[in-house]
Order: sequence, then C-alpha cells, then structure tokens
Amino acid sequence: MKHREIRTLALLLIVIVGAALRAPRFIEATSINSILLWAPLLIVVGMGQMLVIVTRGIDVSVGSMVGLSAMASGMFLRSHPNTPLVWGVAVALLVGAALGAINASVIAYGRVPAIIATLGSLSAYRGLIFILSHGVQVDSNDLPDSLSRWSSEGPIHLGGVTVPWLLVAALGIAALAAWFVRRTRTGRDIFSLGSHPEAARLRGIPVTRITFLVYAITGALCGLAGLMYASRFGFVNPGTAGQGLELIVIAAVVIGGVNVTGGSGSVVGVLLGCFLLGVINVALSVLGIDATWQQLVYGSVILIAVILDTLARRSAMRTSGAI
Amino acid sequence: MKWFARRETVPTILVLLAFIAGAIESPYFLDFHYLLDSSSLYVETGLLALGMTLVIVSGQIDLSVASTMALTACTAAKLLALGWPTPVALLTTAIVGILLGSINGLLISGLKLPSFVVTLGTMAAYRGAAQVMLGAQSQKIPTNLSGIDFVRTLGTPIPLPLTILVVMAILVGLVLHRTVLGRWIYAVGTNNRASLYSGIPTAKVTVWVFAISGGLAAMAGTLIDSRLGVARFDHARGLEVDVITAVVLGGTAISGGSGSILGSMLALLLVALIRIGMGLANVTAEYQLAVVGTLLVITVIVGNLSEKIANSRSRRSPLAPSPTLTPSQEPHP
Repeated sequence: MKHREIRTLALLLIVIVGAALRAPRFIEATSINSILLWAPLLIVVGMGQMLVIVTRGIDVSVGSMVGLSAMASGMFLRSHPNTPLVWGVAVALLVGAALGAINASVIAYGRVPAIIATLGSLSAYRGLIFILSHGVQVDSNDLPDSLSRWSSEGPIHLGGVTVPWLLVAALGIAALAAWFVRRTRTGRDIFSLGSHPEAARLRGIPVTRITFLVYAITGALCGLAGLMYASRFGFVNPGTAGQGLELIVIAAVVIGGVNVTGGSGSVVGVLLGCFLLGVINVALSVLGIDATWQQLVYGSVILIAVILDTLARRSAMRTSGAI
Repeated sequence: MKWFARRETVPTILVLLAFIAGAIESPYFLDFHYLLDSSSLYVETGLLALGMTLVIVSGQIDLSVASTMALTACTAAKLLALGWPTPVALLTTAIVGILLGSINGLLISGLKLPSFVVTLGTMAAYRGAAQVMLGAQSQKIPTNLSGIDFVRTLGTPIPLPLTILVVMAILVGLVLHRTVLGRWIYAVGTNNRASLYSGIPTAKVTVWVFAISGGLAAMAGTLIDSRLGVARFDHARGLEVDVITAVVLGGTAISGGSGSILGSMLALLLVALIRIGMGLANVTAEYQLAVVGTLLVITVIVGNLSEKIANSRSRRSPLAPSPTLTPSQEPHP
C-alpha cells in the first residue's frame, strides 16, 4: 500500500471509531447494512470518475446520468413486468453508455473543456429525465422483486449483517478496473496521458481516443449504477434520483488519493475513499447531525483532500530536491 | 468584413432573432414595461456574469458564484435579523463576499490547483454553510429593505436593479478594458507563464479577480434578498450554468485571454430573452435549465470551430502564436 492509501485507511478507521464511541448504535447491523448498500453506488461511479480525473478531466454530470439511466431502466421494467432482469441491465448500460458517449464526443472531438461540457449535460440530462418521465415517479410496485433482492440478499450473512449482491457486483467492477489500469495497454495510456498530455501525444498515444473512452466508460458505469440505485431505493424520482451524487463521488475519489492535477491514483485508494464517504454519510445520520450539514461536509472533504495532497506532494518534492 | 470578426457580433444577431421569435410567440413579449419589469429577475445573473467574465478572461472558472451569492444573502438576512444597523450589515456582507472569493483565489494561485476543483469544493461548502446557518427556514428581510425591484430610478420607469447593473457593468468594464489590472487579466489568461516571466504578479491578479467575483456575488445576494423579501440557502441554485452560458455566449473564450464586458451583457440579454420567452410559453424550470445547458455546450463548440477557422487563415502570419505548442508543453532542452 502506498502512503496515500494508508492515509485514507487511517481516516476511515478514525471516523468509524469516533462515530462508534459517540453513538454505539453506529456499529449495529442496521447502520452497517446501510453503509454496505451506499458504498456500491459510489464505487461503481467512482471507478469511472477516477479514470476521468487521472486524465486531468472531471465529470460533474454523473448524478444526472445515474438518474436518467435509473429512470429509463425503471420505466422499461415497469412496461415489461415479466421480462428477465438481464434486459433491464442492458437498457441501463446502453442508456448510460450513450449519455457518456455524448459527453465524450463533445469533450474529445468538440474540444470543449470537460467542466463546461459536463456542467451543460448535468442540466440537460436532468431536464431529459423530466421529459422522459413526464415528471412521474417509478414506484416500488412497478419494479420487479428480483431487482430489490440485489440489495436485500447476498452471499454472506453474519449476525444481522448482509453483504448484498450490489456490493459483490461493485467489488467485481473494481477488480476489473484494477486489471484494466495495471495490465492493459489502454489502461497505462490513460495514466501517461494524465501525467503529461503533450509527451503522451508525441509518444504516439491516441489522446483523442483515450479521452473519448474514459467519459464513455464513466457513462456506462453510471448506467449500471442507475439500476443499482433503483434496486437500493426501490423507486425512481425524477427530481432526486442521483441528484448531488457528483459531489459525493468526486469527494470519495480525491480523498482516495487520485491527484486532481492528473496522472496518479489507485483503485484501492478509491475503494477506501468510497467506503469512507459511505461511513461519513451513515455516521452523520446516526450521530443525529442534521442533513443540513451534508453539503458542507462533502465540500470540505474535497477541499481538505486536495489541499493535503498538494502540501504532501510539495514537501516530497522538496526533500527529493526536485524543485 | 471587420465587424464580422468582432466577438459581440454573434450575440447581437442572436438577440435580434430572439426578439423577433419572442414577438411572434407571444403578444406580451414586446410590451416595453413587461420587459423592463422582468429585467430585475436577471440583474443578479448579470452581476455574477460581470465577475465571471474577469475570471474566465484570466483563464480560470468560478463554479462557486451562485453559492457565494446564497451564503452572502443568508449572512445579510441573519445580520439584519440580529439587529445590526443596515449600513454595517450590508458592508459586512460585502466583505464576506470578497473574503469568500479571495479564499478561492488564494487556494488556486497559492497551491497551483485547477480552479474547477477548488470552486467545485467551495460551491458545495459555501452552499452547505448557508444551509447550516438557516436550515430549511426562510429568514425574513425587514420590510423597509425589501422590494427593490419596485423602486424606480429617479422618476424614470427603469427599475433600480437594472440601473445598478448598468453602473456596475460600466465600472467593471473600465477595470477590464482601461486599467493596468485589466491588461494583466488578459495577459495572465493568454499565457500565465509568459506573464510571470514578464513581471506580472500573476498570483495577485488571480486573487483580485476572484475577490471581485465574490464581491459582485455579495451584491447579487443582497439584491435577491430585497427582491424576494426572504433569504434561503437554496437561493440561486444552479445559477452558475446561466452565468457561464452568458459569458461564453458573449464571446469570452473559455481558454482565457479574450472577451469583453459588452459581449457578456449582450449575451445576458439573450439568455434573459430566451428565459422570458420560455416562461411566457409555459416551459417548466427543468426544461429551461436543459435548454440553457445545451446552449452552453453548443456555444463552446461553435466558438472552438470559428477559432479553428480563424487560426487556419492567420497561419501564414509569422507573428501568430503556434496553436499547438504552449510554453508549459515545450520539451526541456
């Protein structure tokens, strides 16, 4: 483990121990279950966001993409009640990948800065959710029971704690992501691009194609996360589905040690970051801290993470004499 | 054909088109008093756009403007409710806005962090602070301070907020187009490293630009307090999209180094006309946001394309900078 990952792990333990000391209820099964249900969403979206931030980009439209995919697949399952769930997965993935591909084209081929492109699609996709659904929510009795079993059942039961299938799937995707960034040429190219875009171009790395790929992958992952959202919450509301998720995911990714100036980050770090944000989310409510504090906490986590990272990197460079 | 190359040309044409389309769409649209009365709704966006123009010309972006506006709106209401004298409360609010902006500027220039990350963080943090301050409650504004949009300017039918915007636009325009700081803002946005080497205090310029943006956001915050009569933490949520759209639509290059206050104000008029038109056509808020977001992306793509065409034309000129090689990317000797 690198020291950034150890730092995130230490933070995770501190928050868990701190919360447990203040409110013993925090280490009871219900709290742990809700952490295990919140983390998978963050992990799946976080893997995409990690790739994007490694290339010096950002995707603030992830919340809207999750919402739109959740709505599309939810409406599909509502109108096709007896269809196998795998078709729901296909719809979610397809919608997500299409939305991601739109972002990707605008950024890679239209040369629009990622923050502008995704800020625009954050609004545009949210509007599309309302157009698609006519503002009507997909209710829990519209969704098949097999979908909600992804959240309520799992391979491991310990006491009252269930490790849900959602988490298994999310960890599978994380493993895939780890293989992708370490063992494939494209994965390595993503990191080269982020470390030094011009050098990457001169070395013959297909910069435009790689840029396209990371946003398209993020879209597909958001699609999957959309179906997970429908499974976990049991309903899809056009206004709230995925709303604000981008902040939590970006917070998880940067506290997980992905460098916002590009070129470095690890799957293990992001995993720890996602669990940390999941723990913080549940800890806030168990400790009775009002929901009004959440925005401030997420914003502060982002700021503190990037400030600490920069200071650490500076002192490392100073000791190694690189400056 | 020189007029065609001016960055204000496209927004001017679009404004005229929007007027015509609006007039066809609804008979109320061309009612001069209706348009004047509606203007107050867009004055806050305009104040934010003035600051955003400076920020984007300097090569940065400020996603936290709407949150700064909300936090200062809540601060002003809270101070007034605590019984602070009005001038002191408003002055404090202005200082808070400038401080919030300076925090952005200091983090960006001091730690050399990308502005979109820092201001994304402060966007959440400032909005969150406003939420912690007031919760889900609305804080009432004293009645003698509310309703500024019904106050007319010196006997004319022009609402006071519009006059404030015009005065501020002239002031900020003078700063950007007629002062040394303004020249520095363009220089820093064109090439940060070259500016540093030619003795421009680039870090200071960045802090100044964000401080001005924060101050203008505070002004917008007090205006929305007065206009709505209450302060809430979710004031102006998502307004940064409108603001950035207006600025880039006005011809300010998203990559920095070029743009004008006049262009931003024309484009603001355009965004306002589109919104007023959609409002008259009963288009709901979510759809409106979707339209503005799409408009933002299309504008930047079109701007990039026209820049590409302009570059390919001027390539023969020996003075034109190479579009592909910027100093930070030059290979080391």
